[in-house]
Amino acid sequence: MSFLLTATAVVPAVGAIATAAVPAAKKSAAKWTALLFSAATLVLAAVVLGRFDTGGPRYQLTESHSWIKAFGVRYEVGVDGIGVTLIALTALLIPFVIGAAWHDADALEDTRLGRRWRPTQGFFALILLVEAMVIISFAATDVFLFYIFFEAMLIPMYFLIGGFGDRSGGNTEQEAAKQRSYAAVKFLLYNLLGGLVMLAAVIGLYAVTADQIGGTFSLQEILSARQAGKLDLSGAGEKAIFLGFFFAFAVKAPLWPLHTWLPNAMGESTAPVAVLITAVVDKVGTFAMLRWCLQLFPEASKWAAPVVLVLAVISIIYGALLAVGQKDIKRLVAYASISHFGFIILGIFAMTSQGQSGATLYMVNHGISTAALMLVAGFLISRRGSRLIADFGGVQKVAPMLAGTFLIGGLATLSLPGLAPFVSEFLVLVGTFSRYPALGIVATVGIVLAALYVLVLYQRTMTGPVKAEVEGMHDLKVRELAVVAPLIALLLFLGFYPKPVIDVINPAVNQTLSDVHKKDPKPAVEAVHTKGGAR
Amino acid sequence: MENLIGALVAAPLLGAAVLLLGGKALDRIGHWLGTLLAGTSFVIGLILFADMLGRSGEHRAISTTLYSWVPVNSFQADVSFQLDQLSMTFVLLITGVGTLIHLYSVGYMEHDERRRRFFGYLNLFLAAMLLLVVADNYLLLYVGWEGVGLASYLLIGFWQHKPSAATAAKKAFIVNRVGDVGLSIAIMLMFTTFGTFAFTPVLASADKASEGTLTGIGLMLLLAACGKSAQVPLQSWLGDAMEGPTPVSALIHAATMVTAGVYLITRSGPIFNLAPDAQTAVVVVGTVTLLFGAIVGCAKDDIKKALAGSTMSQIGYMVLAAGLGPIGYVFAIMHLVTHGFFKAGLFLGAGSVMHGMNDEVDMRKYGALRKYMPITFVTFGLGYLAIIGFPGLSGYFSKDKIIEAAFAKGGTEGWIIGSCALLGAAITAFYMTRVMLMTFFGEKRWQPAPDADAAPSAEPAAEGHAAGEMPHPHESPWSMTVPMIVLAFGSVFAGFLFNLNDSFLKWLEPVTGHKEGDSPLSATTVTATTVTVMVIGVAVAWLVYGRKPVPVVAPKGSLLTRAARRDLLQDDFNHVAFVQTGSYLTRGLVYLDLKGVDGLVNGTAATVGGLSSRMRRLQNGYVRSYAVSMFGGAAVLVAATLLMRAVA
Repeated sequence: MSFLLTATAVVPAVGAIATAAVPAAKKSAAKWTALLFSAATLVLAAVVLGRFDTGGPRYQLTESHSWIKAFGVRYEVGVDGIGVTLIALTALLIPFVIGAAWHDADALEDTRLGRRWRPTQGFFALILLVEAMVIISFAATDVFLFYIFFEAMLIPMYFLIGGFGDRSGGNTEQEAAKQRSYAAVKFLLYNLLGGLVMLAAVIGLYAVTADQIGGTFSLQEILSARQAGKLDLSGAGEKAIFLGFFFAFAVKAPLWPLHTWLPNAMGESTAPVAVLITAVVDKVGTFAMLRWCLQLFPEASKWAAPVVLVLAVISIIYGALLAVGQKDIKRLVAYASISHFGFIILGIFAMTSQGQSGATLYMVNHGISTAALMLVAGFLISRRGSRLIADFGGVQKVAPMLAGTFLIGGLATLSLPGLAPFVSEFLVLVGTFSRYPALGIVATVGIVLAALYVLVLYQRTMTGPVKAEVEGMHDLKVRELAVVAPLIALLLFLGFYPKPVIDVINPAVNQTLSDVHKKDPKPAVEAVHTKGGAR
Repeated sequence: MENLIGALVAAPLLGAAVLLLGGKALDRIGHWLGTLLAGTSFVIGLILFADMLGRSGEHRAISTTLYSWVPVNSFQADVSFQLDQLSMTFVLLITGVGTLIHLYSVGYMEHDERRRRFFGYLNLFLAAMLLLVVADNYLLLYVGWEGVGLASYLLIGFWQHKPSAATAAKKAFIVNRVGDVGLSIAIMLMFTTFGTFAFTPVLASADKASEGTLTGIGLMLLLAACGKSAQVPLQSWLGDAMEGPTPVSALIHAATMVTAGVYLITRSGPIFNLAPDAQTAVVVVGTVTLLFGAIVGCAKDDIKKALAGSTMSQIGYMVLAAGLGPIGYVFAIMHLVTHGFFKAGLFLGAGSVMHGMNDEVDMRKYGALRKYMPITFVTFGLGYLAIIGFPGLSGYFSKDKIIEAAFAKGGTEGWIIGSCALLGAAITAFYMTRVMLMTFFGEKRWQPAPDADAAPSAEPAAEGHAAGEMPHPHESPWSMTVPMIVLAFGSVFAGFLFNLNDSFLKWLEPVTGHKEGDSPLSATTVTATTVTVMVIGVAVAWLVYGRKPVPVVAPKGSLLTRAARRDLLQDDFNHVAFVQTGSYLTRGLVYLDLKGVDGLVNGTAATVGGLSSRMRRLQNGYVRSYAVSMFGGAAVLVAATLLMRAVA
């Protein structure tokens, strides 16, 4: 038994406590503590990734303890190729989030609140707490354990949005506060609603297993019992339970029409917290579709697939069109994310290996590319004190590095070949097309619209004559460059050499596909492979 | 030898990386470094060419696999290269003309403070374009395809502080993206049909697929070609792309990138050969565009936009030829190469003229320049003779072959497209003579330099000049004239050499295949007619622009002229059809999302949970109430757990 996964989640949790415990006056020490613990988590995640054997058993680094004996809840963790990749992504992004957010809590120190509540300590502790919960969610192989942390992460997120949100919204400080708390409450209510529905489904699942194999939440036990023919989830019950799970994940992901909390939440958060929402926390939703929906309810997943696919395509196009129409930089990125989540869900439910490997890779790439774009956008917004597109213009003349990195983040968002997101987007499209050609073709409209919203954003903010308010704007500082440059390097690396990541993901995807009894469609004709040809 | 293919791409890529990441320390040598690396790539190309000539026709192709790029079960994309005669032709054109234009830019961009970055972008373009032509599969080709699009975007918008340049760059990218969707769908279709998208297996198995599928693939590839090669209906970006510095117009928007569509169609020949409907579509697009571009070219007073119309039209010829199948592929590529020489030369000449004329682009304000800029005049003049198809020069051989092939398609179609191609040749002679006369002949119509702010369309790169100053036309420095002279040599002799013993035909035939058509007219008749219509075109232009003075202010013109000045209303159409409709749609959706989807959910939530009153309590901003709601959230969790226990 290995304690590695537990350790990877415990370290940021301990880090949260340590950061919170730093004395009030030592702001800088609190920041460094948080950064140090996030770096330690990254090291542990790297060890996890190193220990993971791509040719080995499906779930590795497993750990299992009895927890609540009364109704079969266990503390069970383990990772497959999909889980391990997402843990690595999370651990990778948090240090950058912390680095980018370095001064985000400073302003709060001077408020009446700040003198009593140590906002710097609280802010960074909450970020680490979210990290710990997200990592457990990716590692959990017990339904109940997953559920607890899936829900619990709402609480720190709620405070990060409402308490530490963007102060540039609205015309006055009051108005900004009002918008922040509206966004935070909306976030909480949507996700609590999803959670409650899921809870009902979790109970339903327990009832079914209790009936047939004596009550368990363990993924392993459920899967092996089904394989042995002792457990039968089919029938109307399975569909209802599936829907309960799916609803919660579709809120979190988010899928149209359950998406409207995201633009508020991302708009009213500071940029690093917005990254935390879209690049880290929301990934739990799409990840859970792959792990829980498909593995626990293969038949119901196939039954729901046509509707889910259509909703996903609507998300892609709707999100992109809405992004085109935004006047606020952060809301624009939020709607772009909705479009991208549409691609991820499309890939998952197309039920082809290209689609699902693409979707998993998409989660990684979207995390990195959105982080790059959003964090630079945050640097931009903090310089001007406004997040309205119309308040900018000509920035490239005064801050060429800022404009350049912003453009690269944007090009990644529009999936330019050579940058990482292209690979995953193309895999999702081709995976979808091979089973549902019409949906694949409609989804390509998203490619054109992405170019539109990204380049219009760039044009309006960065090009043209220099606006008077922009004139004194300084270029990226060392800290900011240190945050953004590695992300860009990674985007380039994974654009040209995604194979290492694909090699980790692909075996897990193949197993998931065999769970749902789906095979990739065969090509129409057998291609001639002549000598001297490439393949 | 195979390893050198990678080096071909790597050299300019290295240049791009160094120049774009390097600091100001590189400002003084950056342009020479960029030129050197472009030249290195050209030399590598020559070595590979010599090596290729050492083998016989069938064994000339070489290939190499660098690494596995995207392997997902049966979806296998590699970073691997293939260099055959078709790719080789492009490699030499791209690196040869590319190096010349790097050299030219050393002089042309001398006064631009961001010259280092300009050369970085040019190097990036070369790397992407080379990747496009040496890729051995469609997905890797796609990387080069959008890579050149990116370079084009960056270079059109090089003077980003000019709103017109920024808009033009964005427009080019987005219109091209529409075409790129075609390429994506084509690749997806190939994958589902053949299980692969590498050239060799796809093209070798094309005959096993149904005609319907092949037509689908062909039409999607055509859509891609329309975007990149500015063919109707995706032509609208090319005219605006002239906002970029003139060397960019010469290299990317005349000689190389815009011909990528022709490469794509020719490369995919085996697919098109089996999909006659797709071929017809290609021919129609080519024919319509060759007339469209020519008509637009007649009406423009901006020298670069007139040349852009001409580029569109000449590529129309190439696309038309490629659509004819094996009777046209070789001639499409041959015209592509000769056009690369003379059009690049013409653009560089135009740049040289602008350089000497305070960045003026309006030909109505030129006149009589032949005495002041003799080298520019002679080289531009030779390019002019080449493009109108003056007997013996490059364009004469390559265009004539295409017109012959068009007639050789046979039947009524043959007559129609043949006649259109002839008409195009006449119009080409007309508009090019017009450019020539308005620029180099007649009276001086020079105007004082406009106020820099008042006329943002002028290229700000060239030598600084005070507002209100009269131009002092002078010959450009050697770094600019040398490339012009070299390209003029190409414009004069390339066609003759290619035609000598059918050498170009023999060179390309093993790759593209070739078939003699069955023309209803003899070759001599076609040639004689072509020359005749050319003379008519020149004569008409002389009657209008040579015999009497050119007015400085453009006359109102006929309805057609006015439409042609507005690019035959392409933008007006796009504006109504896409921009306006689209903006109504997005605005409507934004409203709907706020009031409809969100309102509905909020309304429900408010009714159910008394959201509004709770909201009010939360909005007072005190942490105490946050704590209360945290407690509320935790309570929900605890309650849920208890509920669980009760049920269990």
